Amino acid sequence: MNNPILLIIQREFLTRVRKKTFLLVTLIAPVLFAALMIVPGLLASMPEDHKSIVVLDQPSLLIPEEGTEQYALDYLNPGEFDLELAKDFLRNSEKDALLYIPSGEGWDPDFIRKNILLYGKEDISIELQRFVENLLEDRINKQKLLRQGVDPEVVEQAKTFVSIKSFTLGEDDASEETSATPLKMGLGYIAGMLIYFFIFFYSVQVMRGVIEEKTSRIVEVIISSVRPYQLMLGKILGIGLVGVVQFLIWIILCTTIYGVVSTFIFPDLLAQSAGAPGMGAPDMGDVAGLQIFDMIRSINFPLVLGGFAFYFFGGYFLYSALFAALGSAIDQEADSQQFMLPVTAPMIIAIVTAMNVIQEPNGPLAFWMSMFPLTSPISMMIRLPFGIPIWQVLLSGAILIATFFAVVGLAGKIYRVGILMYGKKVTWKELYKWLKY
Amino acid sequence: MITAKKVSKHYSKKIALDQINLNIPKGSIYGLLGPNGAGKTSFIRIMNQITAPDTGAVYFGDSPLQPSDIARIGYLPEERGLYKKMKVGEQVLYLAKLKGLTASQAKERARMWFERLDMVSFWDKKVEDLSKGMAQKVQFVTTVLHEPELLIFDEPFTGFDPINTNLIKKEIKRLNSEGATVVFSTHRMESVEEICDHIGLINNGKVMVEGALLDIRKHYKNGTYSIVTSEPFDYQGDALVYNDVSHTGFSYVLKLDEYPTQLVVDLAAKGILVGFEEILPTVSDIFIDIVENGPKA
Repeated sequence: MNNPILLIIQREFLTRVRKKTFLLVTLIAPVLFAALMIVPGLLASMPEDHKSIVVLDQPSLLIPEEGTEQYALDYLNPGEFDLELAKDFLRNSEKDALLYIPSGEGWDPDFIRKNILLYGKEDISIELQRFVENLLEDRINKQKLLRQGVDPEVVEQAKTFVSIKSFTLGEDDASEETSATPLKMGLGYIAGMLIYFFIFFYSVQVMRGVIEEKTSRIVEVIISSVRPYQLMLGKILGIGLVGVVQFLIWIILCTTIYGVVSTFIFPDLLAQSAGAPGMGAPDMGDVAGLQIFDMIRSINFPLVLGGFAFYFFGGYFLYSALFAALGSAIDQEADSQQFMLPVTAPMIIAIVTAMNVIQEPNGPLAFWMSMFPLTSPISMMIRLPFGIPIWQVLLSGAILIATFFAVVGLAGKIYRVGILMYGKKVTWKELYKWLKY
Repeated sequence: MITAKKVSKHYSKKIALDQINLNIPKGSIYGLLGPNGAGKTSFIRIMNQITAPDTGAVYFGDSPLQPSDIARIGYLPEERGLYKKMKVGEQVLYLAKLKGLTASQAKERARMWFERLDMVSFWDKKVEDLSKGMAQKVQFVTTVLHEPELLIFDEPFTGFDPINTNLIKKEIKRLNSEGATVVFSTHRMESVEEICDHIGLINNGKVMVEGALLDIRKHYKNGTYSIVTSEPFDYQGDALVYNDVSHTGFSYVLKLDEYPTQLVVDLAAKGILVGFEEILPTVSDIFIDIVENGPKA
């Protein structure tokens, strides 16, 4: 006797992996991902956009400021030009923009502040506008201080920047860890997003698969050979396997691309921006590198990786069972909308509150979100890098597993009835009734 | 082959099957007949163990139905179809393996059937590229490939074109003569009358009548006789239901309380009797009779 679940897993896996779209998505996604990481770097290293700005400075606020290499300032003689003439001048000149600073009556800084105009031949870029604003703010501030009889130099010297080194207190001095909050934030957030993406993408595929079997009317043929729960489980496992394979390929491809790019194309750029592990080795004696190395060491990687795998699969199994039940209850994907929202809402809430969880990883919101099984795969994953009391991790895991079994039982019941129902608009009440069939 | 004892099934408040007893004899071609919603599909799903009865028991042979029996059943559901994007050959093998065949067994038998039904060229096509008739043949092959002892067809001929209907009927008869028990379920009673030897009539979840088709028809005969003569004859009485002139002669349909021995002898003596036949009621006549008047003792 063949094992039917294995046969179903095999079919679900092979039909998906053999599709051209699988190959396409698998190959293109890492390229896009790599592009996402590299393009900003490329853009930042691109030559700057030079603009020359002509200034009609009636109150002599800026004169003789010459601007920067990127934004050069030239001045019109306020005696010869008014605003209209200056605009004409801009139209007929090579200049890119006109900055108009009116003096108003009696050199009132607040009047000036409100009435400055900037004209461009093209749209004014945000960067240019910010440059001009910063420059003017600085000058007007100084003017105001002078009027109050304060020396701007004194104010400048009084400005103070504080930089704190933070530690996580350990049992003794040796185990004292450099606090690695930014790194932990990034790690938690990325891991949480990956889980969210995985759960969403592949659970919906489970739903689609169920609907496909229903609309093609093959489902009754199949369940005269295997039990409905075997079909459901086989589908969930088969599609999960597709996801795992896809993720593995992505990890390998991304590492390879990253490796190639960082070694051959932008060695300096990436080393700076990411603090590559090789650069951070302690024997380099590089202080910044040492710090990063310490930070990385302060994260419990076995726990984070194990947690990632656990919540990755736990969340997927839980949601895919829900989606399978959903798919069984409807005839067409278009009908899925009314049921989709309540099912996906917890996941979306988990993502929306991600920032709050990151900012206070041991607060009550973070705690409860990471216990509630429909949000815990994402919320707990975000918290994990921060070092969570082990009892919380175990409790959250236990709740997730228990919920999974309960949900699979209930989903299986709905599924069993739903796959044989055709042409019926299903309501929540109906679904509840099916549980008791 | 299949015996149902006091089987009941209800969905929420709707009763689908109400204490039904059925016996499908081994080697028979059995017509499970009744209008839509009578409970036919509910019973078929119980035989296929897709659902379980609330009460009562179903026996396969002498022992209660058990999970391993599904490999001994071939089922063509009313709502049937195939994976559209999957290749025909692969799909047939997959479904056969789900029924417990080994890969090599499945391949060998599939090749045999594909040759027999002249569909070898389908093997590498996707189902969505087949015509409806071709897909129907594939569907039939997937139902019988694992050589089941019991074949169940739910509304088998809806959606089949006439050529395929005949082909499939022929194949089903052949399988039956090789020992398979066949169950047809349909609301179009006339469509299976000619090939069934046993029937069970179901209405509102209850079995109205069950048994050998000929016995039932004899039991429900109502004294209707057809007489054809070469010359018209003068028949006086209320018994005449219908008469007509056709190219075969003058035909009369009479409804009588007793066998018309004297009349036939007289007509034969006159030398004008061409044909005489007792007309047995059709299954739909019987069904209507039972629904209107209740089962005949």
